[in-house]
Amino acid sequence: MSGLFEFVISNLLTVSFAVAVIGAATPLLLAATGELIVERSGVLNLGVEGMMLAGALAGFAASQELSYAVGIPAAALAGALLALIFAFFTQTLLTNQVATGLALTIFGIGITKLIGGPYTGTPLEPMAPLFSEGLQQIPVAGPIVFGHDPFVYLSIIGIVGTWYFLFRTRAGLILRAVGEDHNSAHALGCHVVGIRYAAILVGGAFAGLGGAYMSMVKTPQWNEGMTAGSGWIALALIVFATWRPMRLWLGAYLFGALLVLQLRIQGTGVSVGVTYFLTMVPYLATIVVLVIMSWDKVALRRHAPASIGKIFKPAS
Amino acid sequence: MKGLKAVLASAAAAVSLTAFGPASAQDDPFRVGYIYVGPISDHGWSYQHDQGRLAVEAHFGDQVETQYVENVAEGPDAARVLRQLASSGVDMIFATSFGFGDSVIEIAEQFPDVYFEHATGYQRADNVSTYSGRFYEGRTILGNIAGQLTETNQIGYIASFPIPEVVRGINAFAIELRRVNPNAEVDVVWVNTWYNPSLEAEAATALIDQGADIIVQHTDSPAALQVAEERGVYAFGQSSDMIAFAPDAQLTAIVDDWSQYYIDRVQAAMDGTWESMDTWDDIDAGMVFMADYTNMPDNVAQDAQALEHAIVSGQRHPFQGPIFAQDGSEIVAEGQVLDDPSLLTMDYFVEGVTGSMPN
Repeated sequence: MSGLFEFVISNLLTVSFAVAVIGAATPLLLAATGELIVERSGVLNLGVEGMMLAGALAGFAASQELSYAVGIPAAALAGALLALIFAFFTQTLLTNQVATGLALTIFGIGITKLIGGPYTGTPLEPMAPLFSEGLQQIPVAGPIVFGHDPFVYLSIIGIVGTWYFLFRTRAGLILRAVGEDHNSAHALGCHVVGIRYAAILVGGAFAGLGGAYMSMVKTPQWNEGMTAGSGWIALALIVFATWRPMRLWLGAYLFGALLVLQLRIQGTGVSVGVTYFLTMVPYLATIVVLVIMSWDKVALRRHAPASIGKIFKPAS
Repeated sequence: MKGLKAVLASAAAAVSLTAFGPASAQDDPFRVGYIYVGPISDHGWSYQHDQGRLAVEAHFGDQVETQYVENVAEGPDAARVLRQLASSGVDMIFATSFGFGDSVIEIAEQFPDVYFEHATGYQRADNVSTYSGRFYEGRTILGNIAGQLTETNQIGYIASFPIPEVVRGINAFAIELRRVNPNAEVDVVWVNTWYNPSLEAEAATALIDQGADIIVQHTDSPAALQVAEERGVYAFGQSSDMIAFAPDAQLTAIVDDWSQYYIDRVQAAMDGTWESMDTWDDIDAGMVFMADYTNMPDNVAQDAQALEHAIVSGQRHPFQGPIFAQDGSEIVAEGQVLDDPSLLTMDYFVEGVTGSMPN
C-alpha cells in the first residue's frame, strides 16, 4: 500500500497531472457542452464525431493558411455548417434523428478525408498559451490557471455560460420547455423548429471547437479520423452527467483524469489488468447511471429531456 | 485536389469491379490489392506500405493495376474487405497488419487462385506468404543512442499491443540500452491502439511528466514526436522519417522500405514463380533503414553508424547473450544468440524494462 500512497503523492497530486487532465478533458467538455444544449432542446444529434472532425480540419487549415485567430472561428463555423445539414434533415424534412446523426458522423469522416488530403503530413506550430510568461511562473496556480491555450478557457466559459443560460435566463427556460414537451411549447407560441435549429447550430459550433483543440493544440497536425471516437465519449458523458451542466463539467474532468491515470499508473509496475479496468470505468459508470435512471421512471423523467429524439410535426 | 482524384479513381474502380465482376482476359493488367490498418496519411506504417504500392505502379506501368482499402479494422471486418477484393478479380493481395492474419487464412482458402501476402504474420498456406522486416535491428541502434544521451536514465516507450513484434522491439532496445548504460530503464506504456494521435500524445506527456527524457514509440502517428519537440526532449520516428514534425527532437527513425519486396513478389506472381514462403529481411537487404542521425553529438552518431555496420556485417546480433529476464534469471548464455523461432514467439520482458505485460 505504501507504493500506492507514494504513487498518489508523486504522480497525482502534482501540477503536471492537473494540467494533463485539463488537456485530456477539454475536447470532451467542448463537444459535450454543445450536445447538451442540443439534447436539452429535445434533439439527439449522434453526429458529434463528424462535426468534431469538420472543426479539426477547418481549424487546422485556417490556422496554417491564415492564423490561429481565424482558425478558432473557422472551426466553430465548420462544425455549425455540418450541424445545419443535420438540422435541415431532422427539423425541416423530419427524418429520423438517430439515423441522420449516424449518417452525419459517416459523412463528416468522409468529407474531411476528401478535403483534408493535402494537409496531412504538414505540421503546425503549436499554439502559444494565452497568458504571459510571468503569470505562468506563479507556483502551482501559474500552470493550472494561466498556462493554457484559448480553448481551455473557452470550454470553461462555455459550460458555465450554458448553465447560466439554461437555468437562469428566460430563453433557456423556453429551450428546456421545447425539449420537455414540444407540443405544449408550440401551443404556448414557442417557435419549436426555430429554437431547435439554433440549438443544433450552437451544438455543432462547440463540437467543431472540440475537434479543433485536437488538431491545433494537442497534436498540431491534421490526420483523417484523428478524433478517434472522442465524439462518442462526449455523448456518453451527457448521460453520465444526467443532462446537468455542472455535473458535465465534473464528469469531463473525471473522464480525463481516468484516461491520464490509466497511462501514468502503468509506469508503477501495477498489473496491466488495473489499467484496462480504469480505461473501462467511464463507460461502466455511464451504464450504471443509465441503469439507475431507468430503474426509477420518475427519475428518468426528471433528468432526460422528455421529447428527446422525437419528431415534431406541428398540427396544422 | 490530389485527394479528390484518388477518391474518384477508387470510386470508379469500385464501380467497374462490381459492374464487370471477375474478368481475366489475356491482356488484362495484373491486379494487386492492398489493405491497410490505418490511413495512408498516417505518415507511418500504412504510409510506407502505400509508398511500396506506388513503387509497384511506377515499376510495372500499364502491366499492373493496384488498388487499396485503408482503415480496415483488424478482425472480422478484414475478412469482409478481403473477400470483396478477392471476388472482384484481384490477382494478388497484400494484407499489411498483424491482426489481419486469421482473416487472410480464411479468405485464402476460399480463393485458391489469388496470391496472398501477409505482413508481420506467421500463418502460411499454399497461397499465403508472410513477410516482415527485422525492425528490431533498428531498435538496437535506438537503444545505443538513447543509452548515451539520456540524463534521467529513464526512457519512455509507447507500445501498441503485446504481440511478439512489439515485445521484441522493446527487448532489443532495452538490451542495447543497458549494455551502453547499465543504470537506464525503459518504462513501457500500453495504449492498445496502432493509431490514435491524441492518446499517443497523452501517453508521451505522461512519460515525460514521470521523468523520461527520451521517447520511443511503436505506434503509427507522429503525435509523440510533437509532444517531445514541445517539451524539449528527444524521440525517435517510427516506420517513416518524421523529422518534419520534430526538427529538434527526432534523433533518427526506423524506416520501413517495402518497395523492392513488393516489386519482386508481384514479378514472381506474374511469372508464375511465386511460392509460399516467409521473408524476414533486414537492414542489409534494404527492407529497414535508418533515417539521418540528427540532433546528437558527432561521437554518438558515429557509434550508431558503427553499430549499424556491425549489424549489417553480422558481427553483432541484437539478441546476443548474455540476456537476462526481468527477474534476473539468465535467458541466453554468453556467446549464444536467440534463433528466429524464439524471436517470433517472444512473450517476456528482459532486464531493464519496467512495467508488466497484458496477458
